[in-house]
Formats: sequence, structure tokens, C-alpha cells
Amino acid sequence: MKRRAALLLRLACFLVLVAIPASAKETVKLAFIGPLTGGNSAIGLGGRNSADLAVKLRNADPTAKYQYELVVLDDECKPDTGVQVATKAAADRTIIAGVTHYCSVVAMATVDTFHRLALPTIVWGAVLPDITYGHSYKEIHRVNGTMVNQNETAAKLMLAQGFRRWVVIHDTTDYGKGHNKYFTQFVTAGGGQVLGTFGVTADQQDFTAELTQAKARNPEVIFFGGLTPIGVRIRAQMDKLGLAAQFQGTSGIVSDDFIKGLGPLAEGVVAFREGGPAEKLPGGKFFLEKYAEQKYANSPEAYGPFAFAAASLLMDTIEKVGPDRKKVLSALGEVKGKDSIVGTITFDDHGQNTVAAITAYVVQDGKWVVWQDSEYASGRRKLKGR
Amino acid sequence: MDLLAQYLMNGVMLGLMYALVALGFTLFFGVLNVIQFAHGDVLTAGAFAGLAGYALVVRAGVQASLPQLLTVVLAATLSMAVLGAVLGRTLVLPLKGAPALNVLLATLMGGTALRECIRLFYPGGSQPQRFPALLPSTAWALGRFTLRLDNLLMLAAGMALVLGVSLLLQRTRTGLAIRAVAQDEETARTMGIDFRRVVLFTFALGSALAAFAGVMNGLYYNEVNFGSGLLLGVIGFSAAVVGGLGSLSGAVLGGFLFAGLQTLGAVVMPFASAYKDVFAFGMVILLLAWKPTGLIGEPLGERV
Repeated sequence: MKRRAALLLRLACFLVLVAIPASAKETVKLAFIGPLTGGNSAIGLGGRNSADLAVKLRNADPTAKYQYELVVLDDECKPDTGVQVATKAAADRTIIAGVTHYCSVVAMATVDTFHRLALPTIVWGAVLPDITYGHSYKEIHRVNGTMVNQNETAAKLMLAQGFRRWVVIHDTTDYGKGHNKYFTQFVTAGGGQVLGTFGVTADQQDFTAELTQAKARNPEVIFFGGLTPIGVRIRAQMDKLGLAAQFQGTSGIVSDDFIKGLGPLAEGVVAFREGGPAEKLPGGKFFLEKYAEQKYANSPEAYGPFAFAAASLLMDTIEKVGPDRKKVLSALGEVKGKDSIVGTITFDDHGQNTVAAITAYVVQDGKWVVWQDSEYASGRRKLKGR
Repeated sequence: MDLLAQYLMNGVMLGLMYALVALGFTLFFGVLNVIQFAHGDVLTAGAFAGLAGYALVVRAGVQASLPQLLTVVLAATLSMAVLGAVLGRTLVLPLKGAPALNVLLATLMGGTALRECIRLFYPGGSQPQRFPALLPSTAWALGRFTLRLDNLLMLAAGMALVLGVSLLLQRTRTGLAIRAVAQDEETARTMGIDFRRVVLFTFALGSALAAFAGVMNGLYYNEVNFGSGLLLGVIGFSAAVVGGLGSLSGAVLGGFLFAGLQTLGAVVMPFASAYKDVFAFGMVILLLAWKPTGLIGEPLGERV
């Protein structure tokens, strides 16, 4: 009986807390779009939770002018599904702005939709340069950096380790092709050699034919431009074919699923990503603490902080100019030196955040460790063939 | 030379998986003249059933890999044999006499439902699942050719299975009954053959073969996902058609031929390996234009 009374009391307190602000404030809707099912869903769910966290924190803030609601949509990392949900979000006039896409192919496919239906969006994870630079639409912004910076850093670091001979395997989506283009460009300019380039489909299962050819060319490193699911397959099949080269990936494989899918085979894999790890970001400690409090089923993953920053920036803007797409859009165009948990945000005339640090990672004992902090950098462990 | 051996080994492994799937298509077509398009998804379901079996024995505390492997194989093949018979009973037999297109559609829909069930109801089913490596990982490096013991074991088991099915059809009373139904259903019935039993047995057999291919696929790649069977189903079907639908040896030939074409596609077009499937399917179209009934035609007596 006593426990029941306590429960009722708690319920009453909760209702009072929730009901008062909800009834007093106008509700403003934001869209979140990311891959929530399929091979890249771990990152998508991490992003969704992070955006959700930003909204919850804002709703708990008594000084906020509006009550926010996150409309969550699943793009499945597929362009056609992406365009469908983007149209759904943008056509809904009650949605004021969107935090959109992790997969570059999808982000690329939806820019026209957002422009046509005039929905201001901030990309939270996709890295293809053309998403912001391939057009002059004012609706598209991005808080994370692009793959151009990523590959420049990647080429420099790997060349500094003494690697000279690469074989490139990339998926034939815009994401993979972009990585192939920029990495090849930077690594050959730095004195490296690309012995062979193989385009593969994004849902391919068998890579033995490509890897057998790669092996014949005797590379020191296999560079892979693509996402986690086929990254796992390629790394596993390299082992089966006895291909002992170093495996180097892109931001697309920096996820816990990559390590989970490979187990001990993931050890020593190198990859690069824009921004820093959450705990090293300016507001990282705050973010991780608040995230842990919510007890989400999944970790925020690599791009969670960007989703959080994008959602927060949109809500800051709405607080300032009101829930009006046009006003939000013009206010976003003037964002300069704005503080966020991922560092300061400054949008250039294409809506691209110009402050983009790149972090190198290596898998050490089943975890993605920042290169500089790893035993590989200190020399206690060695990359393949070093 | 060593490279050639590696390509050959890769191709043979793929070919065997395709052949096992193609066998099912050819068996179903043989007894009922139907295309069972849920076959690829039965393969996926088989792999997941094996995975579930593995999770159960691990939870029961079984550590040795041989009993684990046996459980995986048995869980996959037996459950899929039952599922195959159920699919035959509910989706195919009731539509007997209806246009062939109806069966094709019904099984296609059934397959989609099965696939979505795996995705929605298997724990974490929307993510690729890691398949345990239950075979010894011994490998010998012969120049640039890596020969793996697990591949050899899978190859031997798969070959034995194909041979076993062939013997079953040629040498046993059940096989005789299947062949009789394939040749002429009416006459077979008047000879006292239980038509329904024969059809359901054939569906169980074909589906168990697909389940075995699913487990093999899992052991070979150490990964399964809910869409694994989609392309394998299409390839298996193409292989069966190219070989000659209804012919046992045709299905096996078609499977290896398709794998050969894929490997060739990746080797001769090194800068366009993403198009190896386009190449392989393109060649299949050409082959069909040349021999519409398949490479091994359909002499009535040999039909299974």
C-alpha cells in the first residue's frame, strides 16, 4: 500500500512537471532523418537519440519559448526511401526544420527535395563535399566536415608511417567514389602509389575475386572507401584469402558494429573521421553525462554529437526568430562563431561548417582509440608490415 | 598459376552454393511444374534457424565446436524441411491447376513475408549477424594461393549432398516415385503413388538443401543478414534455368557456370568489377537466347 502511494505521488509530480509547460507553450516540430534500420542503423539510432536528447533538454528548460517535438523518420540509407521521407517531412508545414542524413548517397538525393519544398536542414553525418558544394541551394547546411579534409589527413598520416603501396576498394555510390577520388589524389601527390582500384556494389557479399587480384599486386595497405557492412565483409575475406596487408577505412566504418562484426580481426584497423571523439569535444563531457542519464539502448556512436549540435542550433535559431521556415533559413545563413558541443560553428556561403578537425582512429583491444593516444602511435604495437 | 588456383577455388565455393539452391528450383519444377520464388528466403531462414540453434547450445553450455556445428546444420535443415513442406502445402498445392503465374506470385509474396518476419522478429534481425566460425581455420599458403581446410570440408560436404540427392532419385523407391510423378502425374497416381506425399517430400528435400546452402554461406562469409537469400535465390533460379529447369545435372552445371562467369567478369574487367553481376546475368541472357530450354535440354525420361 505504501509503495503504491509513493508511486502515485511520483506519477502526480511527473504529470505536473510535464503538463504545465506543455499546456503553456506552442509546440514546434523538428524532423530527424537517418538510417534506423539496416546495416548502418547503429549510427542512425545514435544520431536519433542524440537529437532526441537535445530536444528533451530544451523542453526541460523553463526559459525556452517553445515546446519542441522531434518527428523521427527512417531513410534506411537508401536514396529512394530517403526522398520519400524527405518529401514527407518537407511537405508537412508544421515541421520547421530538419536534422538530416548520415549516408551521403541519401543526403545527395534529397537536396533538391528540401530546396523545392523550402525546408531548412542541417546535415549531421554525411561527408560528400557535393552535398553542400554541388549546388547553390540555401536550405542545406552541414555541421560536420567533408571527405576532402578527411582524406588529406588520412594520406598524410599513412605516408608518415612509411606506407607506399595501396590498393583501393570503394563502393560505387557517390560516397565511395568520392573517397576514391580524394584519397588517390592526396596519396599520389604525397609520393604513394595506387596499384589498383576496384569498384564494388554497396550490397555485394563476395569479394574474393577482387581481393585475389589485389593480393597479386602485393599492396602494403588496402584502402576501403565505404560503409560498415561491406567493410566487415572485406576485412573478413582478406583474412580468408591470406591477404596480410594493413586495412585502412574511412569515416563510414567508425562504428561499434564494425568491431562487433569482426571480433579480433578488427585489431589494428585504421580509419579517419571529422570532429573529435565525444569525450574530447568542448562540450563532450556534458553531452555524454546527459546522454547516459537518459539510458538509451544504444551508444551515441561517432556522429551523435553532430546530431545533437545540429538540433540544438536549430532550436536556438527558432528561439531567436520564431517558428517560421523563411526566418529560420535566413538566420542560419548568418551563423558565425557559434559555440556548440562540437566546437564553434561557422557556415560559409554554401552552408558548410568551415571548422573541421579530423581525427585518426585505430582499433585497439576492441575499441576505436584516437591514434595519438594509442599504443600504435607510441610504438608499443605495430601496424601490419611495419 | 597459384593465382589461377585461387580464382578456381573461389569460383568453386560460390558455384557449389548456387548449385545447391538451383537443385531446389529444379526439383520443385520437376514434380509440379512450378517456380517456388520463396526459395531464396527459405535459405536465409535456414541460416537464421542455424544461428538460433547455435545460440541455444551455447547457452546450454556446449563448448566443443563439433556438436555445435551438428546442431547448426540439423536445426537449419530440419526446420526448413518442415517449412518447405508447409509452404508447398499452403501456397503451392492449393493453386495446382491455376495459371503458373499465381504460384509464382503467391510464393514471391510468401518469401517477402518470411524475409520481413526475420527482420522484425529475430533479435537484431535488421542488422547483419555474425555467423560463428565452427570449422577448423587451418590454412596452407601455396605461393599466392591460400588453401583453407574449412573450404575443403564444406566443398566435400556439399558435393556429398549433391551426390546423395542424385542417388536418392536414381536408386530408391522414393526417388522412383518422384521421377514417376515428374514424368506423368496421372499415370503415377493410377500406379498407386501418393501424389501429395511425393510433392511434400520433394518440397522438404529442396528446402533442406537451401538451408544447407544458407549454413554454408554463413560459415564461408561468417555473416548472415535478412537479405542474404535474395540475390542467391535469383542466381540459383537463373542457374537452374540456364542448366535446364527440371534437370538435376543441369542445375549443378548452371550453378558452377554462373560462378565461373562472375569470377571471369571480375578478372577480365579489373577496373569495372562492380559490373561482374551485370556481365554474368548478361551472359545468361545470351545463353538463353541460344538455348531456350537450357544447356541440358529436357528429354522427358530424365526429368526429375
